[in-house]
Amino acid sequence: MSEKQARITDIGPPHHDKFLPPVIKENYGKWKYHENPRPGVLVHVSHSGAKIWSVRCATPRILSVISIRKICELADKYADGYLRFTSRNNFELLITKEANVDPAIKEAIAIGYPVGGTGNSLSNIVHTQGWVHCHSAATDASGVVKAVMDELFVHFQEQKLPAKLRIALACCLNMCGAVHCSDISILGVHRRPPKADDANLGKICEVPNLIASCPTAAIRPTTKNGVATVEIEEEKCMFCANCYTVCPALPINDALNDGVSIWVGGKVSNARSTPSFSKLAIPWLPNTPPRWPEVVSAVKNIVDVWAKDARPYERVGEWVSRIGWPRFFKKTGIEFTKHHIDDFKHCGGTFATSTQMRHNG
Amino acid sequence: MTDNVKKHETPLLDELLKGPWPSFVKEFKTLQDKKAVANDLLGQLEYSYKTKLGYWKHGGIVGVMGYGGGVIGRYSSLAEMFPAVKHFHTIRVNQPAGWFYTSKALRTLCDIWEKRGSGITNMHGSTGDIVFLGTNTEELEPIFEELTKEGFDLGGSGSNLRTPSCCNGQARCEWACYDTMGLCYDLTQTFQDELHRPQFPYKFKIKMAGCPNDCVASIARSDLSIIGTWRDNIQMDQSAVLKYASDGLDIQKIVVMNCPTKCLDWNGKELKIDNSNCVKCMHCINVMPKALAPGKDRGATVLLGSKAPIIEGAMLSSVLIPFIKLEPPFKELKDVIGRIWEPWAEHGKNRERIGEFIERVGKGNFLEEVGIDPVPEMVKHPRENPYIFYDEYLEDE
Repeated sequence: MSEKQARITDIGPPHHDKFLPPVIKENYGKWKYHENPRPGVLVHVSHSGAKIWSVRCATPRILSVISIRKICELADKYADGYLRFTSRNNFELLITKEANVDPAIKEAIAIGYPVGGTGNSLSNIVHTQGWVHCHSAATDASGVVKAVMDELFVHFQEQKLPAKLRIALACCLNMCGAVHCSDISILGVHRRPPKADDANLGKICEVPNLIASCPTAAIRPTTKNGVATVEIEEEKCMFCANCYTVCPALPINDALNDGVSIWVGGKVSNARSTPSFSKLAIPWLPNTPPRWPEVVSAVKNIVDVWAKDARPYERVGEWVSRIGWPRFFKKTGIEFTKHHIDDFKHCGGTFATSTQMRHNG
Repeated sequence: MTDNVKKHETPLLDELLKGPWPSFVKEFKTLQDKKAVANDLLGQLEYSYKTKLGYWKHGGIVGVMGYGGGVIGRYSSLAEMFPAVKHFHTIRVNQPAGWFYTSKALRTLCDIWEKRGSGITNMHGSTGDIVFLGTNTEELEPIFEELTKEGFDLGGSGSNLRTPSCCNGQARCEWACYDTMGLCYDLTQTFQDELHRPQFPYKFKIKMAGCPNDCVASIARSDLSIIGTWRDNIQMDQSAVLKYASDGLDIQKIVVMNCPTKCLDWNGKELKIDNSNCVKCMHCINVMPKALAPGKDRGATVLLGSKAPIIEGAMLSSVLIPFIKLEPPFKELKDVIGRIWEPWAEHGKNRERIGEFIERVGKGNFLEEVGIDPVPEMVKHPRENPYIFYDEYLEDE
C-alpha cells in the first residue's frame, strides 16, 4: 500500500526552536539575572538588556482541549502566542511587553487560572492519575490535590513561607510522582494482602514471573481444585503491589483498607542540604472522598507548624534536622508508633546511636 | 446503550467544583455534553468516589505498528455501566524540550485529540510527555499518522528508554550550566530506537537539569541524572552584594550562616568566598541572583540510578562522573550512556532498574565494566564494613 510507504516514524519531538519567542532566541544562554517583582511573576534580564516576563498560572494538570484553547487565546492576546509549561504542571505566559503583564494576570485569574507558585511559596502539587485512570490506585489523586490546594491556596498566591514548599501525591507505592523526595508527600497505601483469583490466575499470568516479582518472597506456587495458582504468606506482605502489576489476577485494591500516608522532609535541590528522602509522619489516614478532610487537616497542620517555627530558607527537612524528630512529633501532635521505625532492608542505619537528645526541648 | 446518552449525576464530584483551586472536574464537565467518553468517565469516577475503589484494568498489548511503547492499554472493568470508556488507552506524545509551545502548535494537538479521542489531556505526565487520556484501539494508528504529519512523535513506555525531559535551561535561566534543551533534543533523536522499541530489563529515564537546584527532580526521578555545575569561582559583583545589604537583606544570617561548607565571610562591607571549599549548592546565588552567578567553567555532574520504591526501595542517583563538559555533539556522554546500558541490558533481571542492578553487582564492579575509574567523589564516605571482596590473593611459591 502506498499509504504504508508514506508512514512517518521515529521523527522524535519537534525542535524547540520552532516554539521559542524571538527574545529568547536572541538571548539564549545570555541571561544575566532575574527578579521576582510579585508572586507568580519572574522577569529575566539579558546581558543585552532585553527582558522577558513570565507569568505563572496554575492548572489542575488534567486539561480539556477546550481549556487549552482558552489558554492559547490568553497567550495570543498577551504573549504573542508563546507559552510554556513547568515541571509542576503550571503554564507560563512568556511576555515581552511589560504593559501586558498586569492585564494578563487579571484575565488569567478571571478565567480560572490562579497566578503564583514562585519564590518561597507552595507551587502546584505534582501528582498521579488515581481513580481517573490507574489500575493500582489506593486513593484518588486529583481529588485529594484539589482539596489540599483549596485549603492551602493562600500559600500559592503569596510568598510568605520560610522556604519553598513542595508537596507531591502518588496514589500507590509505584510513585509516578516524586513523592519520595518532597517536603510533604501524600501517598496512597494498600493494607490488605492481595487475594488470588484462583480460577483465572493460571490463565492470565506467568506464575514464575509472578513469584519472582515479590521483593519479600511472600508468594508460593500451589494447586487449588486442580488448577495452578499461588498462595500469599500474608505476614511477609508490605503491600507494594508489584505482584498485582505483573499479574492482574492478584487484586490488592480494597475499599475498607486502602488509604493515605503522609511523609515529610524530602527535597531534590542541592541548595544548602543535600537531596533527601521524605520520612514517615502518618502511616494511614482513611479515604474520605470527595474532600478527604483528614488528609487536608493533617497536611495543613504540618505546614502551619513549619511555617511558624522554621527559620528563613529552612525547608521542612532542614527545619526537622535542626529541631530533631522528637520535637517534630511533639510540635505537630502526631503520634509516633512502631510503624515509624523502619523494619525493611538496611533499617539499622536509621536507629539513633547516640545520647544526644533535647530532653528539655 | 441508552444509559450512554443520559448525563450522569455526580453529586460527590460536584463538591470538587467548589473552592479557589482550578478543578479537574470542571475539565471533564466542559466535555460532558460533547463526548460520551467524558460523560462515562465522570460516571465511573463518581462511582469510584462512592465505593472508594478504582475500576481500571491493565494489561493487554496495544500500540502503533512498529513501536513497542507510547501507548498504555487501559480498559474499564465497568464497561457495561460505562460503555464509552470500555477502551480508555493513554497516548504519550513526546513533548518539545523545556515544554515550550506556540498557541498554534497546541491548537493542532487539540484538534487531533478532539477528533480522535476523549479531548482530555495531562499537561504533562510525570515523565514529561504530553498525555492524551482515553481513546479506542482503532483510533491509535490514525492518531499516530496525524501526529507525525504535524511533526510530533510518541514518547516511551514499558521497558524502553522513557521520554527524556529537561528544565528550560539557557532558554530562560541564567544559572543553566549547559544547554539542557539542546542536549535533551539531541539525546531524544539519537536514541529513537531505544525510545520506541523495548530492549532493556526495565524502564530507563533521563532528566537534564541546568544547575544543582534541579527543577526537574532529576536526582530523584531519573535513572540518568545530568545536573549542571561549574568548577571555577562563583562570579561576584561586590557592588550588587552591597546593594542587597542596603536594601535590607541580612547577609550574615540568610546567606553566610546557610552555607553548608562555611566558605562565606561577610564583614559588612565585603563578601569573601573560599571557592576551594564551595560545593556549588546554589544557596547564596539563589538568594542574591543579581550579585552572584555560577562560574564560567561550566559543565555537569552525571549521576546514575534514582527511582521510586518498586522493587527494592527508593533510590537517589549517585555520582558516576563528577564533572563533564557538555558541548555538541556530546560524544563523550553518548559513549558513556552506551557503556552503562550494555552490562545492564545483558545481565539485568526482569524489572530491575539500573540503580538496583548496580547495588546487586557492586558499584566497583559496575565501574570496571563500563571503564570508569573509581574516585572519592562517588561515595559519601569509604566503606565502613571489613567485608571486602578482594579480587585476588597470593599463593605460596
